Amino acid sequence: MNTEITRRDFGVALGGLVIAFSMAPRPAAAAEAGGRLPAMLAANKRLDSWLHVDPVGTMTVHTGRVELGQGNTTALAQIVAEELDLPMIRIRMIPVDTSVSPNEGVTAGSNSIEAGGAALRAAAAEARAILMQHASERLGVPAGELILDDGLIFTRDGSKRTSFWEMAADNPLAKEASGAVAPKPAKDHKIVGQPVQRIDIPDKVMGRPVFIQDMRLPGMVHGRVVRPSNYNAELVRLDDAAVRKMPGVISVVRDGRFVGVVAEREEQAIAARAALAKAAVWRTREPLPDAANVHEFLKSRPDVDTKTVNEKGAAGTAVAKTVEATYRKPYLAHASIGPSCGAAGFVDDNLTVWSHTQGPYPLRGDIAKAAGLPIEKVRVIHTQGSGCYGHNGADDAAFDAALLSLNAGGRIVKLQWMRDDEFGWEPFGSAMTMAARAGLSADGSIVDWQYDLWSCTYNMRPGARDGVNLLASWHLAKPFEHATAQELGLPAGGGDRNAVPVYDFPNQRIVDHFIPDMPLRVSALRTLGGFGNVFALESFMDEVAIAAGADPVAFRLKHLKDERARAVLEAVAGKAGWKPGAKSDGGRGRGVAFTRYETTKSYVALIADVAVDRASGMVRVERVTAAVDAGQAINPDGLKNQIEGGIIQGASWTLKEQVAFDKERITSRDWVGYPILTFPEVPSVDVTVIDRPELPSLGAGEASQGPIAAAIANAIHHALGVRVRDLPFTPDRVKTAIAQG
Amino acid sequence: MPQNYRLRVNGQARDVTVEGDTPLLYILRNDLELSGAKFGCGLAQCGACTVIVGGAAVRSCRTEVGSIGNREIATLEGIGTDEKPHPLQKAFIEEQAMQCGYCINGMIMSAKALLDRTPKPTEVQVKEALAGNLCRCGSHNRIVRAILRASTEART
Repeated sequence: MNTEITRRDFGVALGGLVIAFSMAPRPAAAAEAGGRLPAMLAANKRLDSWLHVDPVGTMTVHTGRVELGQGNTTALAQIVAEELDLPMIRIRMIPVDTSVSPNEGVTAGSNSIEAGGAALRAAAAEARAILMQHASERLGVPAGELILDDGLIFTRDGSKRTSFWEMAADNPLAKEASGAVAPKPAKDHKIVGQPVQRIDIPDKVMGRPVFIQDMRLPGMVHGRVVRPSNYNAELVRLDDAAVRKMPGVISVVRDGRFVGVVAEREEQAIAARAALAKAAVWRTREPLPDAANVHEFLKSRPDVDTKTVNEKGAAGTAVAKTVEATYRKPYLAHASIGPSCGAAGFVDDNLTVWSHTQGPYPLRGDIAKAAGLPIEKVRVIHTQGSGCYGHNGADDAAFDAALLSLNAGGRIVKLQWMRDDEFGWEPFGSAMTMAARAGLSADGSIVDWQYDLWSCTYNMRPGARDGVNLLASWHLAKPFEHATAQELGLPAGGGDRNAVPVYDFPNQRIVDHFIPDMPLRVSALRTLGGFGNVFALESFMDEVAIAAGADPVAFRLKHLKDERARAVLEAVAGKAGWKPGAKSDGGRGRGVAFTRYETTKSYVALIADVAVDRASGMVRVERVTAAVDAGQAINPDGLKNQIEGGIIQGASWTLKEQVAFDKERITSRDWVGYPILTFPEVPSVDVTVIDRPELPSLGAGEASQGPIAAAIANAIHHALGVRVRDLPFTPDRVKTAIAQG
Repeated sequence: MPQNYRLRVNGQARDVTVEGDTPLLYILRNDLELSGAKFGCGLAQCGACTVIVGGAAVRSCRTEVGSIGNREIATLEGIGTDEKPHPLQKAFIEEQAMQCGYCINGMIMSAKALLDRTPKPTEVQVKEALAGNLCRCGSHNRIVRAILRASTEART
């Protein structure tokens, strides 16, 4: 067991972030919570589980939210700095560590600011009041007569003074939150609402070790895994004698059909992996469905669970005209630039796991189950990884590292997946089919809206009620079962996320055909079903508008009562210079699309300008204009960065991406097989933020992804007069659409 | 058999004893503790591992140590300091030109190789120079702005 590693080593290895106190969090049951506490604070009531005053003049912040590359750490620090009237430089954000951090479950669903920020804001506001009261008692001066400046607290004449830092030893925050203190009103904000620079960027541009992939700990060795030839393949034979003799090889691990290797040096582990892969003989048990007909295959599964998830008005309304269309979305990959990585080893007799997981606590639970350890013997520490867009391989790589460490005497093993591990084994975003039918009245209004969708689950994360959702656990000689696939439920939804339109239709019925079967491994990918549903819904709104002879922007406005929804559409139309009835030159076109993310979060409207080469079918998105209303923007530049990024990633999904597979295996295993948008292909993006500082912040991190697909489809239709309904819009698809007219 | 190699990295001589076919990437990251260059694909497809060898941007995941010889190696750590950051490093901060930052080593090093030969590139030239560097978060436009901003600053 590796016990020589000190806390300092960890701190140094992780960019100087030292866990400096040993207070254990005491999450209170949510049921005890007062009604005024934000949910996450109600679930973790102790103020000192969130905030800790350091005598050295810093405020340590423990959030349960993890940095995924989206910049939430900076925005959360701004919220704390604001309430405590501290400069940003005094705020120390500590990555989630299950030994000290509040449990906020999974960082997902664009919820960091909306939910995590609300909890930290309430905690910081109350902390400030407590600290001022404590100072008042210490100095014998009423709190109202004290001045707070940069953590210093003093009387007007300066005769009596103390500071946050001087009071640290009294542990004034060792109490439960009451919710009795109101945060600052927006009009007093000086740090919130400012485009503060991200706190993590300087280290990244200087090349300092920031990422889990950069971790170097004393005695650390390197691991790699060899995956089966396909999802269900059985390991028939593995002659590993020669591999065991390769330079640097410490151990070869085989447990059922889990195969891995540990070596002194990283390139030695990689070479041993290649040799093991050659030595392994696999037998494929269940072939994959025919890729060309996978949507029909999924729809025809016998156990499809059909539910009406939203219904209003009466069926069978008289209509003057009916419009129908069916849309398809392929399986999509997260395709992070850095393959998943994990590190694990025994430290102080605990299995300590470093991971870029979205959910350190849920991961801890699943690892404990799969490794057969009591949960208190497993500690998970979040360490940043490459950009995360949902449930990628992070949790799996963490468990891979744990398994290898358990088989290598508890030494710390760091393991990064190779590129083909990542593309071949990450959980994909499900393929989907969306069928829409609308009835128009004689005056050209939608009076009936029928919508059916088919999707596999979007949630196979660790932390489920049953089973273990870790890849390697399914491959062990005594395998674990994955959890039961479940639909998540509206309003957030899973496959049905954003299936319910924000428009005001008198009659509507939304039917979710949930497919429990998973021929390809699937789980959460940015927006879940929102991308497919908004693509379909907003493409279809255009089709219906055209059938009604209406302008697409005016047609949307006609069906929208929500003033904030109308405002983003009007803003984007104004910014882009939208002209109703503008004619295409036969090659260029523009399209609009709108959404309210998850139907309760940010409002986004986009206009895409595309140029299509009729001969090749090549679509080029030249420019995207966006308007977003996310309520109070904590960091307007961070918000813009997310909206821009979602547009570009969404354009990449729309034009280029689909997971490829043959009868046996996933075949898109590198960047040639799974191309994404490159610099010369990226559109310019112009984002207008409609800031509403007086209103609560709304989740925005995923909000632009859905509408971009529809805006592009609508722009292609404007350019060519033909409709593309199957993603991605590859040149072949577009050429075929042109040929079919 | 492992051999001794004397590498010139960021102006310093660094000695390593490794197999001649060891990719430079692992030597930089693990032996020399230079974390800037990242493993992205190991296939020279994504650019995350880019370093500059003998003035040219190369993919260190596919560059064998035995092929380097006496050529000078520059990594992200070597092009600037906190006190005196390279204009590109400064511009990437000013433009907040990333989300996760995993690809950023490759962006800055490829851009440096471009600016070293074309000090005032056009936007199209920047995009062409980075065509082989992949970014998944969608920070492309900010990256291009940062490079153009750096190109207008006096070189130090």
